[in-house]
Amino acid sequence: MFRVVTVTDQVQRRTPKQAKTSSVFKKIVMAVSGILMLLFLIAHMIGNLHVFQGAQSFNHYSEWLRTVGEPALPPRTLLTVIEIGLVVSVVAHMWAAISLWRQAKRARPQSYVTKKSVAQSYASRTMRWGGVIIALFIVYHILDLTFGVANPDGTDSTPYDRLVASFQNPAATIVYVVALILLGMHLRHGIWSATQTLGQSNRRRERTVNAFAIAFATLLIAGYLVVPAAVVFGLVD
Amino acid sequence: MTITQDGARSSVDHSSEKRGMNLTLRVWRQNGPTAKGKMVTYKVTDISPDMSFLEMLDVLNEQLIMEGDDPVAFDHDCREGICGMCGVMINGQAHGPQQTTTCQLHMRSFKDGDTIDIEPWRASPFPVIKDLAVDRRAFDRIIQAGGYISVPTGTAPEAHSILVPKKDSDAAFDAATCIGCGACVAACPNASSMLFTAAKVTHLGLMPQGQPERNDRVVNMVAQQDREGFGGCTNIGECSAACPKGISMETISRLNHDLLGALRAGARPKS
Amino acid sequence: MPLELFTVGDPIADTKAPSDVAIGERWSERRFRGRLVNPANRRKMTVIVVGTGLAGGSAAATLGEAGYKVKSFWYQDSPRRAHSVAAQGGINAAKNYRNDGDSVYRLFYETIKGGDFRSRENNVHRLAEVSVNIIDQCVAQGVPFAREYGGLLDNRSFGGTQVSRTFYARGQTGQQLLYGAYQALERQIAAGSVEQHARTEMLDLIVVDGRARGIVARDLVTGEISTHYADAVVLATGGYGNVFYLSTNAMGSNATAIWRAHKRGAYFANPCYTQIHPTCIPVKGDYQSKLTLMSESLRNDGRVWVPKERGDTRDPREIPEGERDYYLERIYPSFGNLVPRDIASRAAKNVCDEGRGVGPGGLGVYLDFADAIGRLGRPAVQAKYGNLFDMYAQITGEDPYATPMRIYPAVHYTMGGLWVDYDLQSTIPGMFVIGEANFSDHGANRLGASALMQGLADGYFVLPATITEYLADAPFDTVDDSHPAAGEALQNVQNSVQRMLDINGTRTPASFHRELGKLMWDMCGMERSEESLRKALDRIPEIRQEFWTNLKVTGDGQSFNQTLELAGRVADFIELAELMCVDALHRRESCGGHFRAESQTPDGEALRDDENFAYVAAWEWTPENEPPVLHKEDLEYEYVHLAQRSYK
Repeated sequence: MFRVVTVTDQVQRRTPKQAKTSSVFKKIVMAVSGILMLLFLIAHMIGNLHVFQGAQSFNHYSEWLRTVGEPALPPRTLLTVIEIGLVVSVVAHMWAAISLWRQAKRARPQSYVTKKSVAQSYASRTMRWGGVIIALFIVYHILDLTFGVANPDGTDSTPYDRLVASFQNPAATIVYVVALILLGMHLRHGIWSATQTLGQSNRRRERTVNAFAIAFATLLIAGYLVVPAAVVFGLVD
Repeated sequence: MTITQDGARSSVDHSSEKRGMNLTLRVWRQNGPTAKGKMVTYKVTDISPDMSFLEMLDVLNEQLIMEGDDPVAFDHDCREGICGMCGVMINGQAHGPQQTTTCQLHMRSFKDGDTIDIEPWRASPFPVIKDLAVDRRAFDRIIQAGGYISVPTGTAPEAHSILVPKKDSDAAFDAATCIGCGACVAACPNASSMLFTAAKVTHLGLMPQGQPERNDRVVNMVAQQDREGFGGCTNIGECSAACPKGISMETISRLNHDLLGALRAGARPKS
Repeated sequence: MPLELFTVGDPIADTKAPSDVAIGERWSERRFRGRLVNPANRRKMTVIVVGTGLAGGSAAATLGEAGYKVKSFWYQDSPRRAHSVAAQGGINAAKNYRNDGDSVYRLFYETIKGGDFRSRENNVHRLAEVSVNIIDQCVAQGVPFAREYGGLLDNRSFGGTQVSRTFYARGQTGQQLLYGAYQALERQIAAGSVEQHARTEMLDLIVVDGRARGIVARDLVTGEISTHYADAVVLATGGYGNVFYLSTNAMGSNATAIWRAHKRGAYFANPCYTQIHPTCIPVKGDYQSKLTLMSESLRNDGRVWVPKERGDTRDPREIPEGERDYYLERIYPSFGNLVPRDIASRAAKNVCDEGRGVGPGGLGVYLDFADAIGRLGRPAVQAKYGNLFDMYAQITGEDPYATPMRIYPAVHYTMGGLWVDYDLQSTIPGMFVIGEANFSDHGANRLGASALMQGLADGYFVLPATITEYLADAPFDTVDDSHPAAGEALQNVQNSVQRMLDINGTRTPASFHRELGKLMWDMCGMERSEESLRKALDRIPEIRQEFWTNLKVTGDGQSFNQTLELAGRVADFIELAELMCVDALHRRESCGGHFRAESQTPDGEALRDDENFAYVAAWEWTPENEPPVLHKEDLEYEYVHLAQRSYK
């Protein structure tokens, strides 16, 4: 090899960081884990709707989740599988996100004095901080409705009671509504982004994919929001 | 500002022209790659709306030289929107408010009394050389990693021996119009070079001649852009919106598609 | 003849073409007779290539592939920026894919005729032969040429030809061809066979014992001036159209490398041969820094006209058919709007001189697409010319679909350049000149779509084949900075840089450039006369004098200093301008792109003088205050008979 002598090369070329994992690989991890979580969200949303069939039905559904497959399988088999899948997905999703975030910071250590966004949607702009808020929300959500430690009705209540109790508290309801809207936006960009990342978008599909992402995210979040709404308006108590 | 008979710029005499614009410029001044930079305010007067943005900077620089100051360094060459040498952030937008190159932006996009912020492309793989001029050789190194078809001179078969469907050829052309200006990186909130890399991967990947090296090309070019220190793509779309040649986001999807296929086929980047 | 302006030296001749065989055999015969370099020895030989356009980029890549050690220099950040990138229209090749009677011989014949019988038959025939290989090469590189629905390559007729032999990639053919060469070059850089020197400008040639052995170059970022040595030096630095300040060239395009090589002994041939392109966007104001060309393919569908009445300032759409003068169709009925560039340019100048020009200052003519839009529909016109229309709209702020475009001729290309023989070797052994930088194959006028052809022919096929004859004697003795010739060249460059910094006068380099350019355009442009040229020759030494006493360059030489770069280039333009005027003055004939007022037919057409001027004027530089020496290379036409061109 020749020694490159121009100064542009010698002085200004940074020591290139040997990227251990390609940025595109991280994006693929993010897309796949996102899709897994999305599938869970669909199932979760449908499950929630049992609340409209009354307390008994809802609690029964909750119980069924814990006992499905018995006695052939041990208790909580399905839930454990889902939980492991979710934990792995969440960790992978966050690892990819944090890693790309740091990469972006390194790639632009000096930020612009003035920067205007042209194409960036609000949804895509809020992916990172939105993601952090959603993560915090999930922690609260699990403590509130799964374990009950953060629930007004406490740990010994039925799932249905916990749900109603939580949404009768305006502060908790507001937290849920805000978090769900953020989640909706996260999904709106996430669905589009995953399609791109997995190489499934093209110029013809672009519009459809985006429309689908918006419609899907809206429907899903609406499906979630009807539950607190029903509690707040007294349809469910 | 007008030019007298002998070509020397004189002070203002615009009786014959319609009144031009007076503008305040806030320009990033930085003496070298490691120096600290800052925004410096200048005034220019009597700017014609028919001037290009770079001609407006010429006026500023002639003023600065005559005052014994250091003129603002900025890159430019063809001034017809094709060489990709020019490019600055104008009021926070790569190449300014129109989707074109800085040299093709005209002052009619601004109005009298405007304040215009002018900054260099900002990305660590594009170190500032001076003021608004940056070093974009990282792009060349991405091309070196695989942005070509290996065909030594004289070995080519007769041109008509391979047919290329018009649709593919046209789509390849659209991607191949990338001028390597770096606006995509500059506009991207992640400072990612994905659109640049994807444009070349798409161009060559759509041509039958590009097939034999298709897998190696994509893995090596992607590995190189990471090595250069660009950010990762999060499919936001600022790049495509800033691209003077309108390279579409589709190219990025295609790169990802090719990369997945290549990895499945066992292609791995050269270290 | 005013003898004090120059002296006449010995004639010069090209001895390298094997003229003992028929013209169709000469190129293969030349390759056969030339000595070769053993692949194992190529590694021991270094070749410097300055410039990375179509010629330089393709040459560096090809020589690197062949196994030579190549050092490549360019002044921009990336080799992809070279101004070849801006060529729009297309590239000719005698493929005869359209079965319309094209052949290598026809391309040869038309290029000789188009060059107004001032180019060499041997070179032009070779160019036509090699043209077919270029297309093959570029297609294999993945250049996305325009194609037909069947997947075959599309062709169009272009700029003064009656066959469709032009290959194109929408309006960006030069860009796509250049990227092909650029990618081939980057591949060689990655392979380690080409060493890169970005943002580095050649400022002198090092000649040792009569051979070109290296260059002195300045790193534009650090200001470092350094020497680089090689067994051969190839200049591919493009044309010198920026002498005119306003031209279609890039802002950085310059004559410095060829001019300084000229001052080291390379003859400069036909410096006054400049091409004025007919379809450029007219000048808008004094601040203007550059002119933008629009591909002359526009003339395939656009109709050129001006109002019949002088001073008619009506909106063009309101001028009725009967009051329009489609002057090209009227004067040249058989070629109409497709007459060659020189004819179209001068006709535009004539109607404007008559006071019938349109737009600011009356310097413009209409190029009207109303008929084409009516006939083909707007979508079809958009598909063909969309990018050009967009560009026009961007620059002028007018919508060319609604109102006719306004166009005016502008300096575009320089046919003159350093004199080379059939091997593309200059009068300095070991220095080769390729592409627009040499005096080339275009004679006194270049046909459309032939510059890309020549650049790539030289770089891919001709130079790599001919340079072996010279390198067969290499490697030569090692040279380093301790050699007096190298030390002198280095010192020379350092001194001239310092001198410009020390003047600290009151005028910027750009203001000198502007003044020089205007003078050259007015006095040595499309039309020149003894009177205008003498005026220019009186004025240029004054400009030079003022330049060296009243120049103002801020900053220093040890940093990125664009004002200093420009100053150096302007200094060379001033000297070159003087030689151009001397050459123009001595050539008392109208020929190709230049109309000499004293030499015209009764109906005002250009009148060539084959009796006295059928030669290449190769100029030898002499020290300051001594007149340059003219060496004539007689042009003989064995195959194409000298004839007055007629496009009527």
